[in-house]
Amino acid sequence: MRQVRPIFKREFAGYFRTPVAYVFLVSFLLISVALSFSRFGGFFKSGVASLDAYFGFFPWLFLFIVPAAGMRLWSEEKRSGTVELLFTLPVTTLEAVMGKFLAGWAFLALAVALSFPMAVTIGYLGSPDWGVVASSYFGAVMMAGGFLGVCSLTSAFTKNQVVSFVVSLLACAVLVFLGYSGFTSFLEGFLPVSAADAISNFSFITHFSPMVRGVIDLKDVVFFLSLMGFTLFLNVLALER
Amino acid sequence: MIEVKGLTKSFGAKRAVDGVSFSVRKGDILGFLGPNGAGKSTTMKMITGFLRPDSGTALTDGIDVLEDPVAVKRRLGYLPENAPAYPEMTVIEFLGFIAEVRGFSGGAARERVERAVCLTHLDSVRAQTIDTLSKGFKQRVGFAQALLHDPPTLVLDEPTDGLDPNQKNEMRLLIKGMAAQKAVILSTHILEEVEAICTRIIIISRGRLVADETPAALLARRPGARMDEIFRGLTEGDV
Repeated sequence: MRQVRPIFKREFAGYFRTPVAYVFLVSFLLISVALSFSRFGGFFKSGVASLDAYFGFFPWLFLFIVPAAGMRLWSEEKRSGTVELLFTLPVTTLEAVMGKFLAGWAFLALAVALSFPMAVTIGYLGSPDWGVVASSYFGAVMMAGGFLGVCSLTSAFTKNQVVSFVVSLLACAVLVFLGYSGFTSFLEGFLPVSAADAISNFSFITHFSPMVRGVIDLKDVVFFLSLMGFTLFLNVLALER
Repeated sequence: MIEVKGLTKSFGAKRAVDGVSFSVRKGDILGFLGPNGAGKSTTMKMITGFLRPDSGTALTDGIDVLEDPVAVKRRLGYLPENAPAYPEMTVIEFLGFIAEVRGFSGGAARERVERAVCLTHLDSVRAQTIDTLSKGFKQRVGFAQALLHDPPTLVLDEPTDGLDPNQKNEMRLLIKGMAAQKAVILSTHILEEVEAICTRIIIISRGRLVADETPAALLARRPGARMDEIFRGLTEGDV
């Protein structure tokens, strides 16, 4: 695992060598803040010093934003031929996958962390429960990792970034919609509640919303970690085939 | 040294490489010849561990690429076709990355990078990003990357492709200059290049080996004939 570090460093710095990082960070922050201030978010109308209105949109926002950040992970290497360079250097496939994934994850975590003025705002306006704020940030980072695992995997199948983006988006959409309240109540219409529950258990929303309410449950953390582990395992297989 | 044993690889129904065996010793510069699509690059990709052969294997310094690919990659310098490199990095950043992945750090890494830059005459473009470089400079960056760790074996896929005549000549001198300490395989379809620097020639046609001898022996096959005539005779089946 020694060689994860140089791969991570190159990949993370790579975001900032092109305008990609800046465009991404600015649009992520603009859209996320705009959504929470909008009438759908009701950040001010709620009259509560909390970031519910901000984080509530994250599963939907990540659905578009994470594939945008993750689509290049492997597609770009394949398109430019650098994948041949990378895999003839003395690194294992697992090291390369880990290095690149962790760099993407760190970048997404940075994007989430840069929303700190929102936390400062509620701190100024009222007296929020900082534990809930912290668990929301933790949840957002965990969920970003889950999304990114899926995107990293799908990007390993194609050298075309557009294909990579669309397939990632579809795969993530399934994982979000399974827990969308409209969809679960639709399922409960003809399935036993336990079956509908089991299906919604595969959704990001189901495991993210408790953290926004301030509850860090081990099973939610395990869900995100095992999703990352599973997608990265498949990612290694996809690259080695 | 490199030993290739019965390498075979198919893509779908097409057999790209069909039972190719040869070996390269220290001090050899092996010219790997063949028409486009004959299987040169595929063979090299299997030697370097990028592609997994359907059967057969390749040994570098006695290490089987199927058993310990990372150890083989440590001992190899490889210049892939078209010299891929990360376009957004500068030459120095890129070589620094290669040095770090190769296990050098701090002063040792800087020393390696400087040596490679000096050998391949990249000093004038060291701070330029790779996507702004001309084809000749890009090729040299790929070469610098391949010899950065001073490997005992070099695998070069069309090292002089896209270079102008002066650059070609310079690249050949460079390869020739360090060949005494190394085993070198270089693929090309420029016959004069093979005559100029190679100590041995291998010709591959439709995935199969059709010749493996010294340039002099190859020329002696048909006294009076030119290299390209002999080459054409051997690879006739290849369209």
